[in-house]
Amino acid sequence: MRPVLLKGGRVIDPSQDHDGIADVLIVDGRIEALGKNLSAPDGAEVYDATAKAVAPGLVDLHVHLREPGHEDAETVATGAGAAAAGGFTAVCAMPNTDPVTDNQAAVGFIVKQGTAARAARVYPVGAISLGQEGKQLAEFGGMVAAGIVAVSDDGHPVVSSHLMRTALEYARSFGIPVAEHCEDPFLSGGGVMHEGSVSTRLGLRGVPSASEEIMVARNILLAELTGGHVHLCHISTRGSVELIRQGKARGVNVTAEATPHHFALTHVACEGYDTNAKMNPPLRELADVEAVREGLKDGTLDAIATDHAPHHYESKEREFDDAPFGVVGLETALGLGVAELVAGGYLSLPELIARMSTRPADIFHLPGGTLRRGAVADVVVFDADREWVVDPARFRSKSRNTPFAGRTLRGWVERTIVGGQTVFAAERD
Amino acid sequence: MTVLSLGKDLLGLEYLTKEQIELILDTAEPFKEVSERTIKKVPTLRGKTIVNLFFEASTRTRISFEFAEKRLSADTVNVAALGSSVQKGESLVDTARNLEAMRIDMVVMRHPSSGAAKFLAERIRSNVVNGGDGMHEHPTQGLLDMLTIRDRLGKVGGLKVCICGDILHSRVARSNVWGLLKVGADVAVCGPQSLMPGGIEELGVIVFRRIEEAIEWADVLNVLRLQLERMEAGYIPSIGEYYRVFGVTLERLERAPRELLILHPGPMNRGVEIDSRVADGPHSVILHQVTNGVAIRMAVLYLLAGGKPELAEAAKGMQEAET
Amino acid sequence: MSPSERQTLLDAPGVAGALERIVQQVVEFAGGTERLVLVGIQRRGADLAQRLAHMIAARWGTAVPLGVMDITLYRDDLQTVGPRPIVGETRLPVDLDHRCVMIVDDVLYTGRTIRAAMDQLADFGRPARIGLCVLVDRGGRELPIQADIVGTKVDAHADDMVDVLVNELDGRDAVELVKGGKT
Repeated sequence: MRPVLLKGGRVIDPSQDHDGIADVLIVDGRIEALGKNLSAPDGAEVYDATAKAVAPGLVDLHVHLREPGHEDAETVATGAGAAAAGGFTAVCAMPNTDPVTDNQAAVGFIVKQGTAARAARVYPVGAISLGQEGKQLAEFGGMVAAGIVAVSDDGHPVVSSHLMRTALEYARSFGIPVAEHCEDPFLSGGGVMHEGSVSTRLGLRGVPSASEEIMVARNILLAELTGGHVHLCHISTRGSVELIRQGKARGVNVTAEATPHHFALTHVACEGYDTNAKMNPPLRELADVEAVREGLKDGTLDAIATDHAPHHYESKEREFDDAPFGVVGLETALGLGVAELVAGGYLSLPELIARMSTRPADIFHLPGGTLRRGAVADVVVFDADREWVVDPARFRSKSRNTPFAGRTLRGWVERTIVGGQTVFAAERD
Repeated sequence: MTVLSLGKDLLGLEYLTKEQIELILDTAEPFKEVSERTIKKVPTLRGKTIVNLFFEASTRTRISFEFAEKRLSADTVNVAALGSSVQKGESLVDTARNLEAMRIDMVVMRHPSSGAAKFLAERIRSNVVNGGDGMHEHPTQGLLDMLTIRDRLGKVGGLKVCICGDILHSRVARSNVWGLLKVGADVAVCGPQSLMPGGIEELGVIVFRRIEEAIEWADVLNVLRLQLERMEAGYIPSIGEYYRVFGVTLERLERAPRELLILHPGPMNRGVEIDSRVADGPHSVILHQVTNGVAIRMAVLYLLAGGKPELAEAAKGMQEAET
Repeated sequence: MSPSERQTLLDAPGVAGALERIVQQVVEFAGGTERLVLVGIQRRGADLAQRLAHMIAARWGTAVPLGVMDITLYRDDLQTVGPRPIVGETRLPVDLDHRCVMIVDDVLYTGRTIRAAMDQLADFGRPARIGLCVLVDRGGRELPIQADIVGTKVDAHADDMVDVLVNELDGRDAVELVKGGKT
């Protein structure tokens, strides 16, 4: 494998508190050195990273790659390719495929497809319960052996508190987190957007914030009870942020993530019945957006995860009530993070990298997220100042369901390197 | 002079100006008289094809639209596409494409999903009239309610109108709120909190939690139908309790400081949201609403049929010159 | 528009004289006042019909039934020119069957208004006879329709406008030709 020397970039590595102009040398798929004026070994590719940021590759704890079952919307290969184009070097694929990824063989299939994709690394997440039916625990042991990094019934909450308790306890044997989609389905009551003034005006059924917060509170209490690691997915309300903050202060083993759309958009995006703004949890109010941003700033929310949820064009081209939930996110996440959180004054660029790479790798115990010597060479090079306009037609993802079309973002991915291999390089213009 | 137009579609009263609403109400006046004629038909929309596309059961609204269409000499086709979204088979997009291919002029649509009328209107060239979309709007009902109030009390602006009942699930409530606010009425809503949508105050309405307070305040009550399935869904404990606590009864009205006008969009649940003695009493204008419904729908169809403001302006000049 | 382009066809006394002649002919046409119904076309035709009704009442002592018609809903040009902003009142006070209906309008031009008026009358009943009287016939017919009674005639060019002013709406009575007034 040809060595790579990334020269003269702004090297940001939150794992070592490094932020400054330096070179990064990659040899045999690993980080060989980080320092000034490194010399290129024989035959190395020298990449001039002047005026670019060089950081550990982004890590997304929450994506839906739709394979098997909905290959019309996305496959492991196209999803991993979209991830690479978005600067991600690792993604965690949720198990709500068809059939559900709830057994060793199904996990093995995802691992195999991920390896074949030669793009971002794909780490499967296994189901908590068989068929995600919330009744019987899936075989965590077998799935861990095949490569899962966490369990989750994402898409559905684990309604039974007893089952959730059991899952948290049982997962401790394998040292994996239990990732939970927090929603009280009875309280959500068929809601299709946030319950508030906009849902009232549009005449759409609302999902109250409490629907999420009840389950956030329950899950924190169960993590406290069991000592297990609960990871709370796509936090959207100010109440949830506060509950997590309190839980962490008590020393509960709870981590949490937030999505770019929940820090960038409010329920107003649903005006005009735009089905691309239909997602679960729904887009909330301005005060919630503010709380999510503050949560990312103070670390209450550990990670930014996209909840990349591709849907085929036709399935979103219908009445709001009948359209599926979800938004694609892999190729807009970094741009939204820089534009909204860094340019918006909430996070420094190293803090953003921590939320998108170092910390998520850490909480799911994944390789990457660091540029330490000897670590896997998962690296992203991007232009943090370059503005660009979202054009869904240019997405690598098979799907186009984004409410950000036409929006100007900041932060342009130049190159994505996984294990020393370039898996994405921006077209020269 | 700028000539008012409704544009291509009537999707909701939220999207109209005060002047557009008044134009529709004024245009409805001469159409009332057409329905009183022996031959209740004028050739205005001769040759126009109108499809009444109903994805939800409705007798009165469909009949009212059909009378309006026939009295304007339009050719009408009724399509009843009932059934749950799963059973529909054909998507609304495909339905829209088919209608477009048949070169129809107008569609009146009722649909269980909020926003469905807008969805259709954005995908076909024909005029779309929203005959009720989910819990969103039922604009012709809002208009006929305003016309009835104006007939009886001489004005709408400045009056205090309270909409009573299941506000949460009601498209009639939303169209009333928008329409009434735009023409300058004071608007309130009253009903059990469990049937009150969040943030309703932000639309600019007063919220009464007790029917007695609403009756004391209002000049006009618009009493909504209580869907009986709300009880099964757990929003209210029982029909009997609803009537006792929120029913518009003669006893409650007798304690009102002024004569109230009572509207109801129908069909009524007597002894649930409204006392029979009130429904059939002198305060009630419920049948007047039904009559006005046809006139309002004729006015809307007529105004949308041309739909091109610059042409209406030209027409006005021609008429002046010719007569 | 400069005054030089405006030419008076009938001044106030001229209008009065024309109406005198018209009312005489209307009663003759109807064979007396017994079966006569006057129907004015909105808006100035309605004012003229009212004048004729007053004159008949004064001279013959009979209150003839007086109706008004707005022909907007019977026009043949909705498809091409769009809706009129406001539709005027149509009110026919009596059963028209076996009556002699005199349609009253201010100007007769293309004939399309009168075509629409006759269609509308037919939907209200079956008069024994329908007549048409106008204050001005300006020529330019597009349909085979002629007035039975005419106050005055003028051969106006298609670009010209014939303006009938009535005291009720305009504060004075006159018939004026405006050269090039239609452009």
